[in-house]
Amino acid sequence: MAPLAPKTGDAVFASVDRVNAELFTLTYGAMVRQLLTDLEEVDEVNKQLDQMGYNIGVRLIDEFLAKSNVSRCVDFKETADVIAKVGFKMFLGITASVTSWDAEGTSFSLVLEDNPLVDFVELPDTCQGLHYCNILSGVLRGALEMVSMKTEVTWVRDMLHGDDAYELRVKLLKQVPEEYPYKDDE
Amino acid sequence: MGREVAESCIDGVIIEMVSAYCKRFYATKPELAARRIEAIGYQVGHQLIERYTVERPRFSDHLEAIKFICKDFWSELFKKQIDNLKTNHRGTFVLQDNRFRWLTRVSIDPSLDISEASQDSSAVTPENKAAEATSMHLYFPCGIIRGALSNLGIPCAVSADISNLPACSFVVRVKA
Repeated sequence: MAPLAPKTGDAVFASVDRVNAELFTLTYGAMVRQLLTDLEEVDEVNKQLDQMGYNIGVRLIDEFLAKSNVSRCVDFKETADVIAKVGFKMFLGITASVTSWDAEGTSFSLVLEDNPLVDFVELPDTCQGLHYCNILSGVLRGALEMVSMKTEVTWVRDMLHGDDAYELRVKLLKQVPEEYPYKDDE
Repeated sequence: MGREVAESCIDGVIIEMVSAYCKRFYATKPELAARRIEAIGYQVGHQLIERYTVERPRFSDHLEAIKFICKDFWSELFKKQIDNLKTNHRGTFVLQDNRFRWLTRVSIDPSLDISEASQDSSAVTPENKAAEATSMHLYFPCGIIRGALSNLGIPCAVSADISNLPACSFVVRVKA
């Protein structure tokens, strides 16, 4: 049977409320800048961006499931495709490609050639350790955790540091069995 | 139409920014958290207005600049204009948005306005905790307006009044 899940997120993106991307990009940029001033340590900024992303991901997954019409993924491979083709499209209006699966099928890379977070951004030399887009990895980690997948998400390539694309490595650490906290007859 | 992203993206970033500053970095110093959030807004307003005014002549007076904020600038940000503009013609302008987008998803107690909430921290009740949390969300748009106007050569102070929810009024006081 053919999967019912949409192959791309175009239709969903067209149907959600959208805003001017400049406002989003500049807000994120101004926030990162203020965090660098206030927290001083680049590592601490990375950590806070990841935490913010995680909190956003935990909430965003609900909206994703409610609006995207995606049903339960049969395996981690399908999960990867759904994130790349539907998830990124629905929220950021871009698509990612899924590459570099490991032999066990538990880790893959998401490659972004286009990324609205970084329009107008250049990093000064003092920010070499900064993962400017760390909020994205946090979002993925938070969202996946809500659907029972513990993951580790790390940056492999970053155009702000001179690479030719953005590459996120997503590694499945543990599939948490679902537990129902309620009784059947309630 | 330029590039767009889902509204949930900007909502998420603003909610987390406010929460990080108020609950993690400056949990015991709300006035410092407020200043930082306002500063982020200022930066955003300053940069945005630059982009939206590139190809137009200079504004001849304050009122013309404020009208631009109410119409073009607000439309770029919220896809609607400011609903009502009042002025005393002595440097104070009140910009009212009858349904301010960034407050429609925050639950609110309207008993305090932004200036009172930031000063009166002596009596901490759940009600004014909620009001304080809401007012924290208003420092960001206040900063955006102040940043935009100051880039147009109009130094001012901006505060917000939410006593008529879901309407929100931004009060601009131009510095003489």
